Amino acid sequence: MTLSRRAFVSRSLALGCSAAASPFLTPVTFASAPGDARLVVIVLRGAMDGLDVVRPYGDVALKAHRPTLATQPFEDLDGFFGLHEALSPLMPLWKSGDLAFAHAVSTPYRNKRSHFDGQDFLENGGSASSGDLTAGRDGWLNRALQSVPGAHAKTAFAVGREKLMLLSGEAEISSWSPDGALDLSPQAELLLSKVYERDPLFHKAAMQAMELSDLTEGSGMSARRAGRAEALAGFAGDRLSEDARIAAFSLTGWDTHANQAGSLPRALGELNVAIETLKARLGNAWENTLIMGVTEFGRTVRENGSRGTDHGTGGAALFAGGAVNGGRVFGEWPGLGASDLYQDRDLMPTRDVRAYAAWAMAGMFGLSPSEIEARVFPGLDMGKDPGLLA
Amino acid sequence: MSVPETLLAIRYGFGTRPNEARITDPNVMLRQLRQTDPAERRFPIASLKSRAALLETRRKARSDKKDGKSGAETAEKRAAARLRQQGLADIRATFQRAMTSKSGFRERLVAFWADHFSVAANGPVLSALVPDAIERAVRGNIAGRFPDMLQAVTFHPAMLIYLNQVQSVGPNSRAGKRRDRGLNENLAREIFELHTLGVGGGYTQTDVRQFAELLTGLSADKSGFKFRPGIVEPGTKTVLGKSYGAKSPSLDPIRAALGDIALHPDTARHLSRKLITHFVGIAPPDDWVETMARAYLQSGGDLMALYGALLGDKKALSLPLNKVKLPFEFMVSALRAADIPATALDDISVRDVRSKLLEPLTAMGQPLFRPNGPDGWAEAPEAWITPATLAARLRWVGGLVDEVLQDTDPRKFLDATLGDVASEFLTFAVAGSESRPEGAALVLVSPEFNRR
Repeated sequence: MTLSRRAFVSRSLALGCSAAASPFLTPVTFASAPGDARLVVIVLRGAMDGLDVVRPYGDVALKAHRPTLATQPFEDLDGFFGLHEALSPLMPLWKSGDLAFAHAVSTPYRNKRSHFDGQDFLENGGSASSGDLTAGRDGWLNRALQSVPGAHAKTAFAVGREKLMLLSGEAEISSWSPDGALDLSPQAELLLSKVYERDPLFHKAAMQAMELSDLTEGSGMSARRAGRAEALAGFAGDRLSEDARIAAFSLTGWDTHANQAGSLPRALGELNVAIETLKARLGNAWENTLIMGVTEFGRTVRENGSRGTDHGTGGAALFAGGAVNGGRVFGEWPGLGASDLYQDRDLMPTRDVRAYAAWAMAGMFGLSPSEIEARVFPGLDMGKDPGLLA
Repeated sequence: MSVPETLLAIRYGFGTRPNEARITDPNVMLRQLRQTDPAERRFPIASLKSRAALLETRRKARSDKKDGKSGAETAEKRAAARLRQQGLADIRATFQRAMTSKSGFRERLVAFWADHFSVAANGPVLSALVPDAIERAVRGNIAGRFPDMLQAVTFHPAMLIYLNQVQSVGPNSRAGKRRDRGLNENLAREIFELHTLGVGGGYTQTDVRQFAELLTGLSADKSGFKFRPGIVEPGTKTVLGKSYGAKSPSLDPIRAALGDIALHPDTARHLSRKLITHFVGIAPPDDWVETMARAYLQSGGDLMALYGALLGDKKALSLPLNKVKLPFEFMVSALRAADIPATALDDISVRDVRSKLLEPLTAMGQPLFRPNGPDGWAEAPEAWITPATLAARLRWVGGLVDEVLQDTDPRKFLDATLGDVASEFLTFAVAGSESRPEGAALVLVSPEFNRR
């Protein structure tokens, strides 16, 4: 017995040869669609350094805190903030009012500065009482989806191989990775569906895999590292230009503990590609689109001993798309003076990043503030409308 | 109490192999950990010295190339190719050991602790170093004491590079003042959060800072671990309420602190919870955790005592199969079920290692040696069975069946593979399949085979 004669991975699973009709190939139609607004949430895993990306060069204290990072080139935004050079391809969007940021934002997660707990909080949204996660450990975007009128299983897409807590929960969603096409005979589908019937986890994944294989077949997309952001955003953009209204995926590479001037541009480059790809694939739907880039927390105000930054608190969020009231940096600036910092090390958060997400859900999908404060972000005080949407 | 005859192999090993004796007594499984394993000698992992030599050759070729020396470009390509070969040899040996070891439990424990101390093999340097960290620091202490494993991993160049310790400089040290460099608290934080106390453990930001100061001096050079007295932050440091320090820079206070943290009750509970979660897949019950933590602490951090207390609870030995096999576990157990000898991997080409082992693992969500971050691979079953990753499992099984399971009787295959763990329903479906390969494929894609 040898493994080497033929490449066994490249084969499709060709079980059986009966041509019996498969229930999974029936075209599906939807009675109602939930409006025209499109929302894309990009989770920036690893803690993006908001102070480097949207750099408060107008704050006199910045240079002392960041002797090397603050001297890197940038594009002026508004006379106080500058945009990291690696995001300069997005300047046309800033000028046309399709790009905005919120600064000095954070979730209520504090102190331990753990990526994993911070990301869980960001995606879960937190519970009202304990300052911890909600009991169901579901995602706020899924809870929001439950209130979107006319939403169905194809309204929201989690894109990529990972399971996104952000979109998991009671509302049916779809998930798919652009490199996961599957070629099954109808009979094989039938048999598989039976074997999986008693195990809901396997059953659900298999049913979606079979159905969604059709969507990517022949498109030749590959999610290799170089094209990962493009593949994720491209798949999301294609779905959103059809029936889908909400999509989420994540980009990594933000944990810049060392040599940040070298490592951050790579992550920002992927973010550029993601936004530009979304814009291209969305076509006219771009006008009704909001892309929200959020991260678990910010990074230390002071540069560390290895030209990088460590885990912090306050950070920045990005908003792009035709639906954005752009060309501005939202938020109240806390300052970088010694007494302004949180625990003498981090940017002091002046607004809960969830408030921006909450007002976006209200404006785009018609959710009422009371509904949002009760169910989507339990216990959140949404405060005043920041005017994020155009 | 009777233990299902295939359960120990499925839950604590890499599944069954036809004609291999089945172990139903957990004590036998524990005893095997103390015995030597022929598979380790048969499929060796290259030494740190030879890995360091490969990296040094590459470094030198690159610097020659910068200086415009003739022939440097070819030398650099050759060095890069040899590093790639080393990487593929590491992957192959990892598969081969898991496929043949008489003690599947040891192989699974090595994977567990390697994951506990995750170093993502990003880039050529870490790719070359990670397999040595697993071999020497983790496997070398697999049936020993946790404090020893913690110290060995913490001092390993792979960890020191991955979590930025090599860039951390005591701000008040000689070098810190001269070069205006400072602390990097990444390793200190992750030791607390991931390797010992757990994120819920009783430590503060101040402890992280003090511990980071204490760890200054740990570094690496081209031949391996190196202690650099010139970057040690002077003075005593207080970590978790205890002060550490020495008159002159030395490793002793670092060793002492690591030893104390390893034997902290929060560490005992954190490790116990992780073992239960990983192997049994239930929310860890408090009484079980306490029993394990006590066994661990009373024995001074003896891992054998900890494993014994894990296997001593009846929930450890009973159904249902709560967990989903990680892609590596899934592939190895399928290769074992198909009775493919490890020697079949001896002479497969570089291209086949990639296309048959590495790429499928990646498509299933587990690029070997390269988890997303220092917290390692996810434990939740939901993380591993998504439409895309399940599709990748199906595709790979399709190929395996095409290649090697065309003529297998699926009923015998099911019995030899899953035994009494197979549901009646699966037995019925397999017996009723239209063709032999179809039946064999059904076994390998079934929830029972994909769970443990």
